[in-house]
Amino acid sequence: MQRTDTAPKSINMPKLSRETVVNIAVMAILLALPLWASSIGEDYYVNLASLITIFAIAGVGLNFAIGQGGMVSFGHAAFFGIGGYTTGIAAFHSFEETLFMAMPFAISGTNQMLIIWIVAMVICGIAALAIGAISLRTEGVYFIMITLAFAQMIYYFAISWPTYGGEDGLSIYLRNELPMVDAESALTFFLVCFVLLLGAIFVSARLSGSRFGAALGTARMNETRLATSGIDPFPIKLTGFVISAMITGLAGALFAELNGFVGPSMLSWHRSGEIMVFVILGGVGRLYGPVIGAALFVLLETYIGEWTEHWQLLLGLALLGVVLFARGGVMGMIAGRARHD
Amino acid sequence: MTAALIFEQVLNGLQFGLTLFLMAAGLTLVFGVMGLINLAHGSLYMVGAFCCAWITQQTGSFWLGLGGGVLGAAAAGALIEMLVIRRLYDRDHLDQVLATFALILIFSEGTRMVFGSMPLYLNIPAALGGTMALPGVEAYPVYRLFIILAALAVALLLYLLISKTRLGMRIRAGESDREMIAALGVDIKTLYTIVFALGAAIAGLSGALVGALRSVQVGMGEPVLILAFVVIVIGGIGSIKGALIGSILIGLVDTLGRIFLPVILKFFMENASANSIGAALSSMLIYLMMAGILAVKPKGLFNATN
Repeated sequence: MQRTDTAPKSINMPKLSRETVVNIAVMAILLALPLWASSIGEDYYVNLASLITIFAIAGVGLNFAIGQGGMVSFGHAAFFGIGGYTTGIAAFHSFEETLFMAMPFAISGTNQMLIIWIVAMVICGIAALAIGAISLRTEGVYFIMITLAFAQMIYYFAISWPTYGGEDGLSIYLRNELPMVDAESALTFFLVCFVLLLGAIFVSARLSGSRFGAALGTARMNETRLATSGIDPFPIKLTGFVISAMITGLAGALFAELNGFVGPSMLSWHRSGEIMVFVILGGVGRLYGPVIGAALFVLLETYIGEWTEHWQLLLGLALLGVVLFARGGVMGMIAGRARHD
Repeated sequence: MTAALIFEQVLNGLQFGLTLFLMAAGLTLVFGVMGLINLAHGSLYMVGAFCCAWITQQTGSFWLGLGGGVLGAAAAGALIEMLVIRRLYDRDHLDQVLATFALILIFSEGTRMVFGSMPLYLNIPAALGGTMALPGVEAYPVYRLFIILAALAVALLLYLLISKTRLGMRIRAGESDREMIAALGVDIKTLYTIVFALGAAIAGLSGALVGALRSVQVGMGEPVLILAFVVIVIGGIGSIKGALIGSILIGLVDTLGRIFLPVILKFFMENASANSIGAALSSMLIYLMMAGILAVKPKGLFNATN
C-alpha cells in the first residue's frame, strides 16, 4: 500500500514507484504463466498457480493483522481451517443429501461456492470475534502464544470430533459449483482465485487508506495516542482482527476446493507458521508482499522438493537468512525500505 | 469409579504436569531474562530425547544416556544461542518467532536426515521398571514416580540456583535491568548463553525422561511446546513459580478431564454421544481454562514482568 494511492489525485500523474512496478510485474507473471500453461495443456502448473494465489490470499489476510494492526497472530491456521471445513462439511451434506442440523431450524448442505464462501467468512468472523475478544486483552508475546493456543484447541477439536472424519479428514468428491462458469476447469478455477486475490488486496488497500485503517495503524504504533484522540483501540483492533480472519478463511475455502479434501493439517500450527512465512518472505506491511512470499514458498517446496526430500532444511535456512540479514523481505530488497519497520 | 482410580489419575496428572514444568521453566527463564520467545525449545526437547536414546542404544546404560541427553541439549542450546539467538534479542517478537520457527524446520529435518523417519525406542531402565504399591493404588509404575521426583528435584535446584547463588543473582539482575548489570562489569553475553543453555538442558532432561514412556521421534517436542506456552501464559511469563503452578494445573485438568468428562456427561446423555462429545470437549478443556483465566487476569496468575 502506498501513500500515493490515498493522496488526492494530482493533475500530473505521479511517477510509478519501484514497488508499484514490482507489484504489476508479479501479478502479470502470476496471471500469464497459467494462461500459457493451460494453452499447452499442462494443468499441473495451472493448479500450482492456483495454490500460490490461494496462499497469497491467506497471507493478505494475515498481513492486514500484522502489517496494519501490529497483531502478530500465530493462529491464523484456525481461520484457514475453519474456511476449509465449512466447504468440506457443506459439500459432504450436499453429497449425502443430509441435513447439517435439523433443530431449531433445518440447515442442509450446499454445493454452491458463492454461498459457501459467504458462510465460511461469516463463521470465521464469529470465531475471530471470540478469539480476538480474549486474545486482544493481552499484547506482545502473550498475544502470539494465545492465538497459537486457540488454533491448537480447534485443531484438537477437529481431530477428536468423529462426525467429519476426525484425524482422517473429509473428501470433497465433486468440486462445488459456481453460477455460469465451469469451476471444474483448472484455468477457470485459477482465474476465480486470481480475481478473489485482487479483491482481497483491493479491500485491504481501501481499508488501510480509510479512517478505520488510519486508526488501526495508530493502534499499532501507539495505542495511548489513539486513545487520547478519543478512539478506543480495542474495538478497532478487534474489527481488524476479524477482517483479517475472514480473508484468510476465504483462502481456506478455496484451498479445500483445490485439493478436494479437508483435514486437520489445515489447522495445524505449522500452517500458521507457513502463512506467517508468506507475509515475512514478501515483506511485512507490503500490500503485494504475500503474493511474492507465497510464490517463493510454493516454488521452493515444489522444485527443491523434487530434488531432495529434505527441502524443509533448505527452507529453514532460507527463512533464517531472510529474518537475520534481509529485513523487510524480498519486497524490501527489491523496492527499498517499507514505510515502517 | 473409586478413590484409588482418582488417586492414580491425580498422580498421572502430576507427572504430566511436572514434565511440562521442565519445558516451561526454560521458556519462561529465557523470556524473563532475554525477552525472547523461543519456538525452538521443543527442538531442544527432541534433541535431548534423541541423544538419550542413541547413547542408551550404544552403551546399554540409561543413566549415561540421560546425562548425554541433558548435555547434548545444553550443547545444542549454547550453539544456537551463539549462532542465531544472540542476534534476535534486539528484534521484535515477529522476527523471533520466524527465526526460531526456521530453527524448528532445520532441527526436525536435520534429525530426520541423521536418524530417519522411524521412531527410536528407549526402554525404561531395569531398576525403575516395575510397579510399586502406594496407599490406595495397588501397582503404580515406579518410572512415573521417578519422573515426579526428578522434576520436583529440578524445581528445587532451580529455586536454589536462582535465589541463593551468585549466578542466580546475576540472572535476576539481568531480568530487571540488563544495561545496569552490563555496566557493572558482568559479561552479559556469556550470561545469556549460560541461561539459554540451562533452559535447553532442562528441556533435554524432560525429553529424555518422557522419551522412555513414549517413542522418540521427530516432531515430538511440538505438542509439548504449545502446552508449555499455555502453562507460562497462565502462570505469567517470566515467573518460575507461575510455571510450576500453571503446569501442575494443566497436567491435572487435562488428565482428569480426559478420564472423567465422558463419565460425567453420561449422566446427561446416552453413552455413545457422551464418549465422543467428552473426548472432543476434554481435548479443549485446558484451552478453555486458559481463556477463562486470561479473561480475569490478562497477564497470568503470577506476572513477573509487569
